[in-house]
Amino acid sequence: MALFNNHLGNPTFKYVRNTVIVILLLLFALATLFPIYFMVMSSFGDPIEAGAVSYSIWPGKFSLESYKFFFNFSEYSYRWLLNSLVVASAVMVSNVVFATTAGYAFAKIQFRGRSVLFAVLLAAMMIPYQVTQVPLYILIVNVFEIQNTYEALILPSIVTVYNIFLAKQFMGSIPKEILESAKVEGASQFQILIKIIMPLSKTVMAVMAILTFMDTWNTFFWPFLVTNTMDMQTIQVGLKNFRFANTTYFAPMMAGATISAVPMFILFFSLQRYFLEGVTVGAVKG
Amino acid sequence: MARGALTTKNRLNRGDNAWAYVFIAVALIGYAMFTAYPFISAFIISFQEYRPLGSEFIGFDNYADIFKSELFHKALWNTVIYTVLTVPVALILSFAVAIMIMPLKKWMQTTFKAVYYLPAVASGVALSVVWLWIYDPLQGGILNQLISVFGIENQNWLGSSKTSMFSLVFMSWLSSHGTSIIIYVAALLGIDESYYEAADIDGASFWQKMWHIVIPCLKPTTLFLLVTGVIGSFQVFQNAYLMTGGGPDHSTTMVGLLIFDTAFKYFEFGKAAAQSLVLAAIIGIIAFIQFKFLGKDVEY
Repeated sequence: MALFNNHLGNPTFKYVRNTVIVILLLLFALATLFPIYFMVMSSFGDPIEAGAVSYSIWPGKFSLESYKFFFNFSEYSYRWLLNSLVVASAVMVSNVVFATTAGYAFAKIQFRGRSVLFAVLLAAMMIPYQVTQVPLYILIVNVFEIQNTYEALILPSIVTVYNIFLAKQFMGSIPKEILESAKVEGASQFQILIKIIMPLSKTVMAVMAILTFMDTWNTFFWPFLVTNTMDMQTIQVGLKNFRFANTTYFAPMMAGATISAVPMFILFFSLQRYFLEGVTVGAVKG
Repeated sequence: MARGALTTKNRLNRGDNAWAYVFIAVALIGYAMFTAYPFISAFIISFQEYRPLGSEFIGFDNYADIFKSELFHKALWNTVIYTVLTVPVALILSFAVAIMIMPLKKWMQTTFKAVYYLPAVASGVALSVVWLWIYDPLQGGILNQLISVFGIENQNWLGSSKTSMFSLVFMSWLSSHGTSIIIYVAALLGIDESYYEAADIDGASFWQKMWHIVIPCLKPTTLFLLVTGVIGSFQVFQNAYLMTGGGPDHSTTMVGLLIFDTAFKYFEFGKAAAQSLVLAAIIGIIAFIQFKFLGKDVEY
């Protein structure tokens, strides 16, 4: 039996109980989904100023004019999507590669300084990002003078401590006998990594790839700080600019928001398992 | 014999050190450059009046300014209010939802989890744009339409200092529970069935099982969510920045936003660095207290 009694003698009670639960959960789901529904539904309205619009929560008409309006706002609006794609892909690849290698080293190789270095890395997770943000900005903009470049957008997140931690946790459970027998066979550490560790770590690599891509795609603050021309901005920064420039255009703003969010929705629904797994990997022990 | 084994082992592990350093090289360089150096630099800058060419050391002036600044106190107070209103509610909501999900069929569990997680997938900017319209102060605004059904008059949600903080809190209630629901469900599934079986034999009720099994077993999870929730909430700035800009009358200025404004609106980097370090210290103290008082019998 479990937490909930099965009420074997009283199936009606169980049925009523589950119905009540589902209704409550549905109501909460409705409240959670409403903003997203409202966003997508309203984006198909006409691009007219808000004074003339009366909001409705029911779908009225289907027009793509507001999407056109959003893309016509700047000659670089398609470029924003491309920039987001380039930056998110680059950050994703570098994180998967370097967090996998580092995670393996920390999990399975007994090298000098291992525990000290890992502790130093972990300590970074305690630092609020506000602390490093200002000096990092000075470093990128005033010292390296690479503001408004892809490098500025990509380099600071080249590999995150969180991903290293994730990889290390996962690889810790790979039995060391496998690795030892590979060594006896004469495999080098590099061969072990490529031929044994990586095939066994596909799940965690997929989780890292997806979560890193999503985080980078959705990030607003850093690209907003280090870009200063429209052609280098990401979709999130572009959307923010559009909002401040067209404060009264309701439907086009929703179209912009939808454009910025839909790629992640598609990714989420096609790779849901990895998303939900990724959330728990870091949090639940074992 | 022992010697032989040792040398074999040594021979096998030869080159391991070198490989390990190669494997962690990029991570270490990236860490040194983009985390460690900025962290140390933050301390130095916090004692300076920052100028691009030649900053000037001004001792503890930046820190003295912070403790005298009424705005910083207000921002800190706002942050505390925001945290107290959001984090416990989010925990209770996600715990209740996770419990209610448990007796359902597998496919329903998955669907509900996905639905609740969906706002976490959308970008913060997109969500803030949508909520801005939901909070439209005109009569036609969605939320105003909704409350008029209950006979409540029009509210200037984000524009009035009476409702602005609540508006940010309400938005957080409805969009930031996905992760904790999933974590709670995973933790609930991890509770040993035999505990329930033993309780059933003793004739325990649902609430007794809840009180004596579920809540104690989920204590580490709750502590984890509480600590990360509070830490996250103390750094909050994006929604306030995008939706109210901290206003009206600084009613939604939180420390995270104040630091952002000091640094990138007024370009007082030294002061911003000092503010961020004070924030870091406060967060550290709170996390320590939480572990000290709540983590007593939690093992990691």
